[in-house]
This record gives sequence, structure tokens and C-alpha cells, in this order.
Amino acid sequence: MKYMLLIYTGGNTGDAGDFQAWMEYDKSVKEAGVYVSGESLTDPADTTTVKVTGGERIVTDGPFAEGRELLGGYYVIDVPDKATALEWAARCPGSWEGGAVSVRPCDTY
Amino acid sequence: MKYMLLIHGSGDGCTPQEWMDYDKSVREAGIFVSGESLAEQALATSVTIGESGERVVTDGPYAEAREVLGGFYVIDVPDLDAATDWAARCPGARDGGSMVVRPVVEYA
Amino acid sequence: MPGDIRASVEAIFREERGRLLAALVRRFGDLDMAEEVTSEAIEAALLRWPIDGVPASPGAWLMTTARRRAVDRLRRDKAYAARLALLQVEADRAAPAAPEADGGLPDERLRLFFTCAHPALPEADRGALTLRYLAGLTTVEVARAYLVPVETMAKRLVRAKKKISGARIPFRVPEPHELPSRLPGVLQAIYSIFTEGYAASAGPDLVRHDLAEEALRLGRILRRLLPAEREVAGLLALMLLTHARRDARTGPDGGLILLEDQDRSQWDRVMIDEGEPLVVTALTGGPPGPYGVQAAIAALHSTAADVTSTDWPQIVLLYDVLRSLTPSPVVDLNRAVAVAMRDGEEAGLALLDGLAGEPQLRGLHVYPAARAELLRRLGRFPEAAEAFREALGLAGSDPERLHLRQRLSEVEGH
Repeated sequence: MKYMLLIYTGGNTGDAGDFQAWMEYDKSVKEAGVYVSGESLTDPADTTTVKVTGGERIVTDGPFAEGRELLGGYYVIDVPDKATALEWAARCPGSWEGGAVSVRPCDTY
Repeated sequence: MKYMLLIHGSGDGCTPQEWMDYDKSVREAGIFVSGESLAEQALATSVTIGESGERVVTDGPYAEAREVLGGFYVIDVPDLDAATDWAARCPGARDGGSMVVRPVVEYA
Repeated sequence: MPGDIRASVEAIFREERGRLLAALVRRFGDLDMAEEVTSEAIEAALLRWPIDGVPASPGAWLMTTARRRAVDRLRRDKAYAARLALLQVEADRAAPAAPEADGGLPDERLRLFFTCAHPALPEADRGALTLRYLAGLTTVEVARAYLVPVETMAKRLVRAKKKISGARIPFRVPEPHELPSRLPGVLQAIYSIFTEGYAASAGPDLVRHDLAEEALRLGRILRRLLPAEREVAGLLALMLLTHARRDARTGPDGGLILLEDQDRSQWDRVMIDEGEPLVVTALTGGPPGPYGVQAAIAALHSTAADVTSTDWPQIVLLYDVLRSLTPSPVVDLNRAVAVAMRDGEEAGLALLDGLAGEPQLRGLHVYPAARAELLRRLGRFPEAAEAFREALGLAGSDPERLHLRQRLSEVEGH
């Protein structure tokens, strides 16, 4: 079963002190053989939103709604069950120090 | 340059065939890096580590994010214009939906 | 070099700066570096030219110097060089470089126009970016133009630049099929500079001529770069025909003078002569765009000897066209004023009353001011006075307030 771990750090991918923790986490996800994909995102200020209304393309600066863009990155992991997915979420530095990691099952076709 | 296209919107107005066609075109264009379609919002669970290290697991998406994410693609294209072009072609951009385009950190 | 000479040399460099910057951005794909080496090349010119004399081809001299600085920088910083090389490969993948025009420097400014007015940038910053990078103004000058603290403007520019590089907004001219959706953004950025020059929002001067003239200069550059685009001609014509009236717009006391009361001999004939053929260009060969239509309205004023011989029926028709292209209560308001001239004040007033409560007109002094003027002409002085008072409560610029106060005391005297 694939789960997406959404990392909400408000775009703060962590200061230099956290970097080591992220490296270790990334390594452990990959070594455990559960890694499917994952990226960290740049500054939320680089966000652009695209909508298509009546065939017309509207490109705007910023996130899609009022409020801040909080997503800092994600992992997709393939694990047997939700409990294991939550386990990986808790180990992720993104869930520490005021951050949160949201776990969502992926659709399977 | 890699961009993440976050699909915000139900895409309910689009047929499965339209989604499949889009998915096929992304893969055939040779820009596909990864992508998933997420199961319904109600199945989300959030995890945060409290101040004393305790694990707090709550039902539902991370509240502050007001997340309506339905899925995503990561694509590798030359620039933002190409990325917004692919975003606009995605069925998720239609019928009141939005595609949020965010650059991905590239580690040298 | 004394400060004033330096300033005048810098002014000469302004257009060169935009051209140079655009060429360097094209070459290295990095706005920050292009900006730095452009400044360095100009600094070098300010040192060398007074001693060695101005080179035969100043632009080529600046370009060679700037390129040399850029290459030096890349030699010093290998990681940066590798990143830029990668950028260049990807840029070429997106838009292969065109062979350079024979001999001269290729003019890459069109790319930069589209980057500065890119829809993924905040709308409020596009005019400022255009002024900074295409018109070659310094950050201090741009801040002064928008009446904001230098620090605020510097932050806005840095943030916009960061988005350009972080999200990789490309330096490219959109494909022909993309132009209809992208060109209006560029025109809007230039026109926003022009209207900022005419901003009645604050300040003692009705017109900040320098800013309006920067917009004209940008309009002329864009017209040279996109000679086949009729709306570019329309925008330039609109700005020229509007700016031609600048000296007649304020009286000796500094108060605003309405179009119908202006001394038309003060209108700038040279500017009108430049603008009128552009109106023809803007309106021929296809359906008109909003700038072309507005320019046509302005041209009907500049060809009329006075307000009574003005072709008001034609102006009303043009407002109808404009309304179909860009519907807005502001267009409706202007149309109502033209209808008043064509059919009489009562007819105009009825249309204006129909616009009462339009959210887009709320808080704008132009609405009560237009009503007040029609009421005054109808001799309905108490109502006119009330509307002038309402307008005075909303009008920002000193010349407009002066005009409204004069009108108010006039109607109160009846």
C-alpha cells in the first residue's frame, strides 16, 4: 500500500542543525526499501497557481487560496499498513518542533 | 528543473478517460518524474511530535493547511512556462480546481 | 567626475543599460549577475571614457566589458559556473538561441519585457520591475516614482527577482499563439507606469511628468520591438495623445482644468502628430483592441477645435466598443459623460444614476464629480453642491481638490 507523507514545515526545510536529521531520515527511508518518491520544495514564495476557467488559462503569483503555503516536501512510501506509515511519519524530522506530517493513502488502480 | 504540480480540486467534472489521457501525455512527453493520486481526504491522518517528544496522531489532514490535495505530479521541464503549461492541461485545473506549481529543491 | 556630469552620463546610459542587461541575461540566464556586471561596466565607462574618449560603439564597448567581468566571475566560482551552464542548456532546450543579427548586438529586450510582466509575478510589482530593468532606473528612482520608501521598494524588487530565479521564470518571447494572452500583461505594466505618472492618488502635482515620459519611452521601445502588434501602437498612441494635453490640464493656480475648458493651443502638437498615425495603425487590419479604441477616443478630442465641434456621437460609439471589449463601470461612467455631451445632461445623468451603488466605483471621486458637473450645468445647484462635497471627501490630489473646491464655491454662490 502506498502512502504519501505530506511534510508541513511552512517551507522551512530546517536550519543547518536539522540537516543531519533529514539526511539520516532520507537514508533510512531508502535503505528500508519503502521509498517510492520524494522531494523537498523550495521557498513557498516561489509558488504559482494555474486555473482554467471557460477554456481560459489564469496564472497567478502565490498559493491557491488565502493563507500561507505550508507544504515543505513529501515522501511516497510503500508499506504494508497504515500503522507502519504513521511510524515513518513520526520518525520524519518534519513532524518535529511544531511541524506536522500528514499521511494519506494513495489510490491504487 | 523539477516542479511539483499539486492538484487542488475534485476534478469531478472530468471523466476518468480525460485523466488517463493526461497521465499518458505526461509520461509520453518524457517529463514524468513521479506522481500519485490520493485517496479521499477523510482517510488522512496527521502526526506531530509534541514538545516533550510525545507522538500526537490526529484524524484528518493537517488543519492549518486547509488541504484539498487530490494528487500530484513531479515533472522535469526547462522552466516555469513549461510547468504552468502542463498544469493548465491537467483536468485538475478545470471546474473550479487549481494547480499549484512549486519548484523542487535540486541537490547538486 | 562632478555629480551633475555623472548624472547626465548615467541618463545617457539608461537605454543602454536595459539593452545591455537583456543581452547579458540572454547570454548567462541570470538576472542578478547580469545586473551586477552591467553596473560594473557602466562604472568602468564612467572612469575610462573621460580619459580615453567615448568609444565609437559605446554599446559594444559596454557589452565587451560586462562579458569580461562575467567570465572573470565564472572563473572564480566554478560551482556557480556549472549551475549557469546547466541553466543555459535548459534555456536552449526551451528556446534555441537565434543566430545573432549581422554585426550589431541583438536586441534581447523583448524577452525581458515579458519576464518583468510575467503573470506568475505579483501584478503590483510588474511596473516597478519594468522601470528598473527596461527603463534602467535605479531602485531609489523606482521607489521615488511609486512614492514608497526605498527599503520597501528594494524588498519588493528582491522578492520578485527571487521568484524569477527560484521558480525559473524564463527569459523568452512567447510563441505567436501565446501572445494574445501574454502581451496584455506587458502593455498593462507600461500603462500602469503611465497612469502612476498621472496618479491623482496623492501628492501636490497632478502629473509626475518624468514617470509618464518613462512610460512613453518604454512604449516607443516596445513599438520598435513589436512593430506588427496593433495594440502596442494603440497603447503608445493613447499615452502620446493623453500626455500631449499635460500643459493645458492645470491652471496658473495649480487647479485641474477639465477637457472642455482647456486651452487647446497649449496641446503638444508634436506629440499629437506622433500619436495620430499610430491610431490608424492600431485600428486597421483587424478587430480593434482596448488600447486602440481608447486612443481613437483621444484622437477625436485632439482633432476637434473645441468641445462643441467634437464628434460626440462617434465617441459614444467607441465607448460602446470599449465596453464590449473590457466591460467595467469606469467605462460606463465615461460613456455616460459622452452621452451627456451628445444628448444633453439629463440623458447622461440618468445613465450615471444607473451606476449608483456599483462596488467598483465606490470610494472613487470621479463618480460624484461627474454627477456634480452635470447637475451644475443643469442649474440644480444644491444637488450639485452636495455631490461636489462628496467628491471632495474622496479626491486625493491637490489639483483635483482645488478644482472641486472652486466649483463648489461657484454653485454655493447661486
